[in-house]
Amino acid sequence: MDNILSVLIFFPAVAGLLGFVVDKSSARVYGISVATVELLLAVWLWMSFDGTNAGMQFIELIPLVPDFGINYYVGVDGISLFIVIMAALMTLLGMIAMNIEKDIKNMIISLLFLEMTMIGVFVALDAIVFYVFWELSLVPMLYIIGAWGGPLRIYASIKFFLYTFTGSLIMLVGMLFMAYLYHSVSGVWSFSITDWYALVLPFNYQIWLFLAFFAGFAIKVPMFPFHTWLPYAHGQAPTIGSVILAAVLLKMGTYGFVRFSLPMFPDASVAMIMPIAVISIIMIIYTAMVAYAQEDMKQVIAYSSVSHMGVIVLGTFAMNAEGISGSIFLMLSHGIVSGALFMLVGVIYDRRHTKLMSEFGGLASVMPKYALIFGIMLMASVGLPLTIGFVGEFLVLLGFYQVSPVATVLAGTTIIIGAIYMLALYKKSFFGPVTNEKNADLKDLDSKELTALVPLVAIVIWLGVYPKPVLEPIDTSVKALISFMHEKAQTPEAKARITLSKTTKEAE
Amino acid sequence: MLEPINVSLASLNLVTLAPMLIAIAGGLIILIIDLIKGDLHKSLYVMMTILILFIDFGSVMGLNVNERGFFDVMLIDGIAIISQLLILAASMLFIPLALTSKRFHEYSYPEFFALFLFMIAGFQFMVASDNLILIFVGLETASLSLYTLIALHNRSNSYEAAVKYFTMGALAAGFYTMGSAIVYALTGSVELYQVADVLQNRIGDPAVMGTILGGSILLLAAFAFKLSLFPFHTWTPDVYEGASAPLAGYMSIVPKIAAFVVAMRIFGMYISLDVEWVRIMIMALAVLTMTLANMMALVQQDVKRMLAYSSISHAGFVMAALALDTTKGNTGVFLYYGLFMFTNLGAFAMLWISRHKNRVFHERYDHPYEKFAGLVKIMPMGAVVMALFMLSLAGVPPFSVFWGKIYILSAAVDAGYMWLAIVMALNSAVAAYYYLKLIIYMFLMSPEQNNNTVYYNTSKPLMTMIGVAVAATVGSVFFMQPLISYIYYMVSASGY
Repeated sequence: MDNILSVLIFFPAVAGLLGFVVDKSSARVYGISVATVELLLAVWLWMSFDGTNAGMQFIELIPLVPDFGINYYVGVDGISLFIVIMAALMTLLGMIAMNIEKDIKNMIISLLFLEMTMIGVFVALDAIVFYVFWELSLVPMLYIIGAWGGPLRIYASIKFFLYTFTGSLIMLVGMLFMAYLYHSVSGVWSFSITDWYALVLPFNYQIWLFLAFFAGFAIKVPMFPFHTWLPYAHGQAPTIGSVILAAVLLKMGTYGFVRFSLPMFPDASVAMIMPIAVISIIMIIYTAMVAYAQEDMKQVIAYSSVSHMGVIVLGTFAMNAEGISGSIFLMLSHGIVSGALFMLVGVIYDRRHTKLMSEFGGLASVMPKYALIFGIMLMASVGLPLTIGFVGEFLVLLGFYQVSPVATVLAGTTIIIGAIYMLALYKKSFFGPVTNEKNADLKDLDSKELTALVPLVAIVIWLGVYPKPVLEPIDTSVKALISFMHEKAQTPEAKARITLSKTTKEAE
Repeated sequence: MLEPINVSLASLNLVTLAPMLIAIAGGLIILIIDLIKGDLHKSLYVMMTILILFIDFGSVMGLNVNERGFFDVMLIDGIAIISQLLILAASMLFIPLALTSKRFHEYSYPEFFALFLFMIAGFQFMVASDNLILIFVGLETASLSLYTLIALHNRSNSYEAAVKYFTMGALAAGFYTMGSAIVYALTGSVELYQVADVLQNRIGDPAVMGTILGGSILLLAAFAFKLSLFPFHTWTPDVYEGASAPLAGYMSIVPKIAAFVVAMRIFGMYISLDVEWVRIMIMALAVLTMTLANMMALVQQDVKRMLAYSSISHAGFVMAALALDTTKGNTGVFLYYGLFMFTNLGAFAMLWISRHKNRVFHERYDHPYEKFAGLVKIMPMGAVVMALFMLSLAGVPPFSVFWGKIYILSAAVDAGYMWLAIVMALNSAVAAYYYLKLIIYMFLMSPEQNNNTVYYNTSKPLMTMIGVAVAATVGSVFFMQPLISYIYYMVSASGY
């Protein structure tokens, strides 16, 4: 099936449309079935994916507006493959764990449309198609936060929408300028990313274009100081909204850096390493400290999310195979771990309708299974060896060490501060005697919640012990990306900074 | 003895007049039908009007590009043809909105439909000529009919709107005549192509610089009124509020298309003569218009007034494309309006559906935001459709207005005006807020009292027209290619 990507994109959308007809009482089962099929399709994509081929696979190209160079152009490589699978997985598990009764049908339909846009973003190879899915993803998320969120939900959803929308409009101007440059060099209009890769730009153009794309991606990641929308969005969103937001939507920004900024503007990317490293380190340390100061469990995880995104961005700009592969792996592990943590907070919120740590204490004795899974996820989030979090974080730090040891040491504090705030959270909520009577007879995880969480635990441990099946295809594509950047770079600093991996050198 | 003047009929090329004559004859036929037999149902007149517009459309399609006729007064070039097609298409979308389930005063008069057709003829004259006098005649024919159409809505604030529009229109007409008089005094001609020739020779002469400036400023002021550009936009929200919702939607499109064509002819001439400050003035007006109109739209309490300000802001956006004076920019003008037409008419039609005879929700406004609170619970499809229109207006892809937006942004980038592109992009981001506000009200708020009367004025024909608008808004990506290539061909064929 060569057109599996189109099926992957449009199957949830069609299912969403048909979902309007499904009766309310069956909507949930309908949604879970559709998401399961989608996940199976994504796994099929993985099975038929050639891990040794670094280039784009399953390419489809259908002209949409040929006069203006817009094509429906999709493809997948090692970098995007696993993010697509993770998007399908987290949508499914989020739906299973979901505990919403109100307007369940609207929720299922929104989630299915959201799934379409998420997969679309990661497989698009045409800038306009990418932009279409990128913007469309805001609409269902706006609705999910706004309709099922907390008391400040409307403020949070508008803030989320406007922030991202503003950034991406600037990115759109950058895309149009890129297309114009391509047209003036080649005489043809094209928005296809692979065509743009071929364009060698003078340094001053690269810087401006880099900044235009940066506006779009940095707000989405979100990078300091554009991160203020995220705690609101997480704080107000329902559990499922936070899960999808943290696991997949934020990855769009970091993915954008890898897909657009690095290969298109290698010289500018190298020139921007230090400013971005500074922002990332501020993100890592500052938001980790803010996380420690929170009283609300969900806010702790929200801020820790920002902190980990800083590590991902740092790895992306290490400009070597370890850093970039590590940051892509970290995108996956962060998606799984933070998604699971948000689900876990959702579990306790469903039972007690509060997320304040001061309300809890001694949960470990009341809800042992819950405490166990929470503990595993917490360790993975901190980056304990043999969990999924360790692999990516270690590779990123290893990669960035070649750029700047000082920055790496500063970034490495994420593990220490992360351990502090996470263990503090665990201590306050899970250990000690049960002080609050309301917690005395809380139900442990039910079968529905276990179904959603146990696979995630399995993945956390499996990929923590043996990351190779995932890491290898990523590495293949990343090495190709780096040697491409190395070849394309013009300034001597960039040539020197973009370090080819040993295997690539030997092949030459 | 003077030679007898001999004009051969063939040299008049009367076919260039055919579209306008069809509209005028159609209007007369409607009046005659009324004379013969009164009290016929409005549906008859609506269908007659559509049929006449259909013939009109066909006759425009049959015109050859770049012809002159009728003593060279008529100019049928590419932009004359596309603008007429757009005007006719918008009119055909508009007129079935008369078929509401409730009876509204104006549609019970056949004169409404006759006036409507005369107005279209006026607009057609306006776009199919480069003679300043004929443009003026077309403009006034159309405007006078339009004032009457507004007043026919028979409410006190409709009269107010009509009188306000009339006064402002008269002032604009004054500016226009003064400006043309100066152009005539300077060049001895009212034909733009001759004016361009004469100006070309005198452009370096410092003695006439002041006069050229004066003339162009007067003309710009006149068109700023018609296009509702800052600071001549203040009439717009009041007039839109007073007019019936579909007519307000119509006014945000058709008169503007016509005025844009004339502006393109006049100011395009100045810009291509390298009178750079005309371009600067237009750009400044465009930027001020979109920014200030956006700011004003943010604080409106009434959806119709919000849409009025939003259409001012969209006009500013398009005006910026016009100032570029590139083929791509001018293509963008028509493309934008061709796409905006469906979405905006659809949005106003949704207001029309929810129109009550009396103001139920607010003492001052017909369509306050509160009226739409929780619409998704009362009328799910209606809320989804309105949300689609709002997203499209906000420029969210892949809905129609987005494609117009990126085309114009791309034209600005191509012409080297990066700052303009960024200003336009940021303005779109600001605009997103007030469109979102309506979506928030519809989807995230709970309904107010006895809201089951929101979809009061609906009927099958209205639903059909809204269906057409939705199809065009959502499916726009599939007809972008033919649309862009046709408009681009037509614009470049006429040398703009």
